[in-house]
Amino acid sequence: MTTMSDPQQGSFRLSMLLNDTRYRSYTFQFIALILLIALMAFLGINLVRNLAEAGLNISYGFLNVPAGYDINQSLIDYNSQSSNLRAAMVGIINTLLVAFLACVTATILGVIAGVARLSKNWLVSKLMSVYVEIFRNIPVLIWILMIYTLMTAVLPAPNKFRGDNATSSMLFDAFAFTNRGIYIPAPVWGPGSMIVVATFVLSIIAAIIYRRYAVSLLFRTGKLLPMGWPTAAILLVPAILMFFVMGSPIALDYPELKGFNFRGGLQIGAPLIALWLALSVYTGAFIAENVRAGIQAISKGQTEAASSLGLRPKRVMNLVVLPQALRVIIPPLISQYLNITKNSSLAIAVGYADITATLGGITLNQTGRAIECVLLLMLFYLTISLSISAIMNVYNNSVSLKER
Amino acid sequence: MSDTHAASVPYVRDTMLPQHAPPPTAQGPVKWVRESLFSSIPYTILTLAALYVIYLILSGFLPWLLGGVWTTSNIRECREVLDGVQAGCFSVLTERWNQLLFGIAYPQDGYWRPTLAFVLLFVAVSPVLFSNLPRGLILFTVIYPFIAFWLVWGGSLLVPLSALLAVVVGYVVYSRIVKTSFAGGLFAGLIAGIVTWFICGFITPSLSGVLALEPVASRNMGGFMLNMILGVICVSLSLPMGILLALGRQSSLPIIKLICVVFIEFIRGVPLITLLFVANVVLAYFLPPGTNFDLILRVIIMITMFASAYIAEVIRGGLAALPRGQYEAADSLGLDYAQAMRLIILPQALKISIPGIVNVAVGLFKDTTLVSIISMFDLVGMIRGPILASTDWNGVYWELWGFAALLFFVVCYGISQYSQWLERQLQTDHH
Repeated sequence: MTTMSDPQQGSFRLSMLLNDTRYRSYTFQFIALILLIALMAFLGINLVRNLAEAGLNISYGFLNVPAGYDINQSLIDYNSQSSNLRAAMVGIINTLLVAFLACVTATILGVIAGVARLSKNWLVSKLMSVYVEIFRNIPVLIWILMIYTLMTAVLPAPNKFRGDNATSSMLFDAFAFTNRGIYIPAPVWGPGSMIVVATFVLSIIAAIIYRRYAVSLLFRTGKLLPMGWPTAAILLVPAILMFFVMGSPIALDYPELKGFNFRGGLQIGAPLIALWLALSVYTGAFIAENVRAGIQAISKGQTEAASSLGLRPKRVMNLVVLPQALRVIIPPLISQYLNITKNSSLAIAVGYADITATLGGITLNQTGRAIECVLLLMLFYLTISLSISAIMNVYNNSVSLKER
Repeated sequence: MSDTHAASVPYVRDTMLPQHAPPPTAQGPVKWVRESLFSSIPYTILTLAALYVIYLILSGFLPWLLGGVWTTSNIRECREVLDGVQAGCFSVLTERWNQLLFGIAYPQDGYWRPTLAFVLLFVAVSPVLFSNLPRGLILFTVIYPFIAFWLVWGGSLLVPLSALLAVVVGYVVYSRIVKTSFAGGLFAGLIAGIVTWFICGFITPSLSGVLALEPVASRNMGGFMLNMILGVICVSLSLPMGILLALGRQSSLPIIKLICVVFIEFIRGVPLITLLFVANVVLAYFLPPGTNFDLILRVIIMITMFASAYIAEVIRGGLAALPRGQYEAADSLGLDYAQAMRLIILPQALKISIPGIVNVAVGLFKDTTLVSIISMFDLVGMIRGPILASTDWNGVYWELWGFAALLFFVVCYGISQYSQWLERQLQTDHH
């Protein structure tokens, strides 16, 4: 067969580069490669010339120079004499913090809204549709700025809490909602507190082992052990006992009004809350749609078959519908987490010190190292998104239907 | 035996009762309310909670909206008129209406130009959106970009006309040669277009006064107009680029595939803000010394790259969803790659991808607000910057943010409703 269609060897003509499918692909790739190299060379030469003209060079030395600016919210030690690298680390940790918090709340919100949208209760499902449509169709930047405005312009200033005729008061004497942020009690870890924590961790492991054992017993013998109260007991009782045995080592430090501001407690700044809430409600609306689509993707026959086996509605949901729906829900859910992480870069609009605001904002402006800063910024986000998509691929492979 | 059976049926009914209406509680609105609102105790609690939430929202919002003031010239007057009542101060909208829509620097007497361009936009996109309109309208769609450019940016009409001429010449050349070879036609058309544009470049400067509108620099664009400009231009440019990228990613040529994969993954892996930073502070380093690119043009390039990577992924999904048989059918007809793609694969793949493309378009339009972070005065930038910073309106937050939210909601919700309508229209299976 091949001998018939093979043209004679040795009769290569130049026009065959364009007209013969065997060579044409090489021609196109060659052209593409040349164009790419030309473009790169053009950009590179321009870069070298521009840098030479401006008397600059590519150098990362600026990372070790003292940053010279303060950061209002930092989980690690930082002051204005710390290096730019340290500032960037603070930014990275802050980015991860707000992304993590927002992922958790957005998931909770999204699952509730998505399930409620499928509710047979007309009013609830309509209310959730309105929530989803409103939040999906308005830019997240506007939500962030709106909630930031709410935090800074509407909530009372700390001095409103002062005096005998104070216009504002603290909730339970523990929470203060002010325009500088929310003050909550902070845990103080006394000596021996580690033992309590360790006990709690051990009881979590014990609870998991108990549940595993109960399930395997159910599968082996058909005997169903109670799940709810033993789990709660295993989780709480040892930790509480240990807490009193060690003499109450963990205390709460309540915020108190001293001078012009609150002292003590834990301050969650207004920018963090604005970013956290806005990302949660915005992405929650998208997650709600994913959850709804996932549950609707499970055919009604599955529910009916499960009910005809005599399973109660809660069991139908837990044992039949959800395991199948999760397969549909989780991949888009993970890309929503990725979106949250990327959207957290909007922190710069409200002055939350994430990596975009420190490395890409103040450090860039102060040192003028635009290329290096933007490059590092991109590398950071690229690393995060590539690792998340790697995790997603592993997950997808593990749950995908094994078909022949 | 039959006797016993007959005896066991002492009475057989021989008349029918007339049909009765169902009881009032099992029909009409009563039944609906019972079933959908109060079917069980938890549902009743849920309904009451939902009603309470709705009451809370409306009782706070409606008096604020309906009791608002629309005619004062600054916030102090407004507060005097309101006299302590909690109500909106909407006069900021009426007083700064033009700034919100057109930005600060656009010439006052030229507001009709972007407005006209905006109205014509609907005429131009309608033949694309609705297939039952007369096909001749598509000609207007083709010339619309040139008209819109002339209206918004001003200058001599000859500039967009020569661009149009270049496109027409390119198309004529392309349609002559495409019958023999698609690639040849494409390159010849491109070259002919560029040559025409180049030749026109010698003529237009000498006739710069012909049919000239007052030229407006890009940096003077602002307000919601800037969001619209960025959104429309970037979506329409990123669609063809996205198609090319998707085809490149699916192609069997390793080098081209590698280029496309790296591009797409890189762009999708970083937030738009970093790309805007690139447009703002880095791009200048990569251009020949002395080039002075408009910031708006740099931003358009970056947003287009961003959107095209996402559109490419959507279209890749559409391509992957097509049954293998469609590709094989195209091959068996003896079509070459370009023909198969143009005539068989892409129309179907694009149809499948419509919801995804619309999602990207809506997301992109929302993302145009991010340019306010690199100090461009789009709608959000106008509100955050000049308006809230002015002593006249410092403190009027909710009216402004509500207005911005409403504008975006109307546009985005409209687009997504259109896409759902289109999906129903394009359904070819029999469901």
